Amino acid sequence: MKTIDSKIVKHVAHLARLELDDKELKEYSGQLASILSYISKLNEIDTANVVPTSHALTTLKNVFRKDVPRKSLGPDEALANAPSKEDDFFRVPQILEGK
Amino acid sequence: MKYETVIGLEVHLQLATNTKAFCGCSTKFGQRANSQVCPVCLGFPGSLPVLNEEAFRFAIKVALALNCRIQSLIKFDRKNYYYPDLPKNFQISQYDMPLSYDGFIDINANGGTKRIRIKRVHMEEDAGKLMHPEGEDCSLVDYNRGGMPLLEIVTEPDINSPQEAYDYLTKLKSILEYLRVSDCDMEKGSLRCDANISLRPKGEKKLGTKVELKNMNSFKGVRSGLEYEEKRQESVLEDGGKLVQETRLWNADKAVTASMRTKEEAEDYRYFPEPDLVPFVVDKNEIEEIRKALPELPEARGARFKKEFALSDYDADVLTSQIDLADYYEACVKLYPNAKVVANWLMGDISAALNDKNIKVTELGLSPEGLAGLLKMIDSGAISGKMAKDILAESIETKAIPEDIVKKKGLTQISDAGAIEEIVKKVVEREVKTVNDYKGGKKTALGFLVGQVMKESKGKANPGKVNEILKKVLGD
Ligand SMILES: [Zn+2]
Repeated sequence: MKTIDSKIVKHVAHLARLELDDKELKEYSGQLASILSYISKLNEIDTANVVPTSHALTTLKNVFRKDVPRKSLGPDEALANAPSKEDDFFRVPQILEGK
Repeated sequence: MKYETVIGLEVHLQLATNTKAFCGCSTKFGQRANSQVCPVCLGFPGSLPVLNEEAFRFAIKVALALNCRIQSLIKFDRKNYYYPDLPKNFQISQYDMPLSYDGFIDINANGGTKRIRIKRVHMEEDAGKLMHPEGEDCSLVDYNRGGMPLLEIVTEPDINSPQEAYDYLTKLKSILEYLRVSDCDMEKGSLRCDANISLRPKGEKKLGTKVELKNMNSFKGVRSGLEYEEKRQESVLEDGGKLVQETRLWNADKAVTASMRTKEEAEDYRYFPEPDLVPFVVDKNEIEEIRKALPELPEARGARFKKEFALSDYDADVLTSQIDLADYYEACVKLYPNAKVVANWLMGDISAALNDKNIKVTELGLSPEGLAGLLKMIDSGAISGKMAKDILAESIETKAIPEDIVKKKGLTQISDAGAIEEIVKKVVEREVKTVNDYKGGKKTALGFLVGQVMKESKGKANPGKVNEILKKVLGD
């Protein structure tokens, strides 16, 4: 099994757009490693003949909604808690990937 | 070229449901920004997605029409990435158990058919729209599009030229239009296409380094982008260079592709099962029911047109490539049962007008009834073929019914032999020299005389009759 080291934690932090300093990296690496080793106990069970389970509710399936419109929030309510907005838009730091 | 081009296409199709994929927000196009959002599609804590039944049915229809197998257990997954067009920081998509897989489309290639395998068709939700205002250091987000139901249709790398890519897309769009599950409008973004392209030495089994091509907003753009990329990659290889795996954007104005800033890290979406959506199972009977209810698709309709209306391969292909055109054609043939004549008018003057105005046949002012009426007037001799063309043009322009145009303008053709003979005699008396030339053996002089009679009748005389009567009067 892959062990958690600070390199992996750094990568995951980057994907989550989190900035971690060296002290935090070390701290979280240790915590994550111990969580994973705890969960890895499950590997001791023989699951060779068990179908993979993606959901806890194994008997529930095919839950649908009719294609009928419902009232939306509307721009005013939707934007009410936005830290930054402009007209009817959410305003975010500039993202110009590939432009 | 000593290289073989290998192309795979990825099409995103927006399904024309009334509401979004997992919430009741409207999907109407062009509304006020952020007016079609709710706690579910904005990803507020505690909200739960529920799948749109119609979107799922549409997806199954598409999968079956593309000859795919339906997955026995369908589940949704979260595709995680942090970008402001996703309010939840993940997109609900499908990873290892997509809706369907292993399909195909046959296209015409090199005088035969070529099978393009479809790897998978899966469901996902659309992202919001980002705008980058000029001169400001911010981006603006509109989440109206976020959560709209999408299908992703992915081919195997079976396409070997930009033209084949174009043909595949044209055929795919034709099938999708027949299914009436999307408006397939590239300008509105209801249909989008990305491409993967690589080159390898002919005979080589291993695939070359691939480039992902994005930002093409028409099928012609896809073809041009791939043509450019094919040449660029070839020249890199010819110069002994190495290609880099990257994403490049097609710039239609400059007609070049340019590298997108390469990400410092490989894509890592950390897919995992979407716990808020239970799995879906479609039983065999249900699948068969949907399959049986599929409409007649372009290929089948083309084959029927050939048999029923004795059309050529080409005519049948063109007329069935768009469902609206095929419907129009059949409606018209019902009213005017000369299938070949209707085909000629539709593929000639009418198609030219449609192209010219960039409209669909459904937006044409002339109905199938109107066209049938026009053709009947030619047959009865009421108008000439030349007059019919002018009337057609006017009808398209003004949306007036051809019969009404004829009545209003008094455009009736003169077919009455007596009336024509009178004009003929008048011309023969006047054009003494030409008449003598004709009688002296210069047979081409007849054309001039016919022209004079037509002119005298202000174009209303039936040209066939004029010919006949002129020869009679000249003693031929
Ligand atoms: Zn919503």
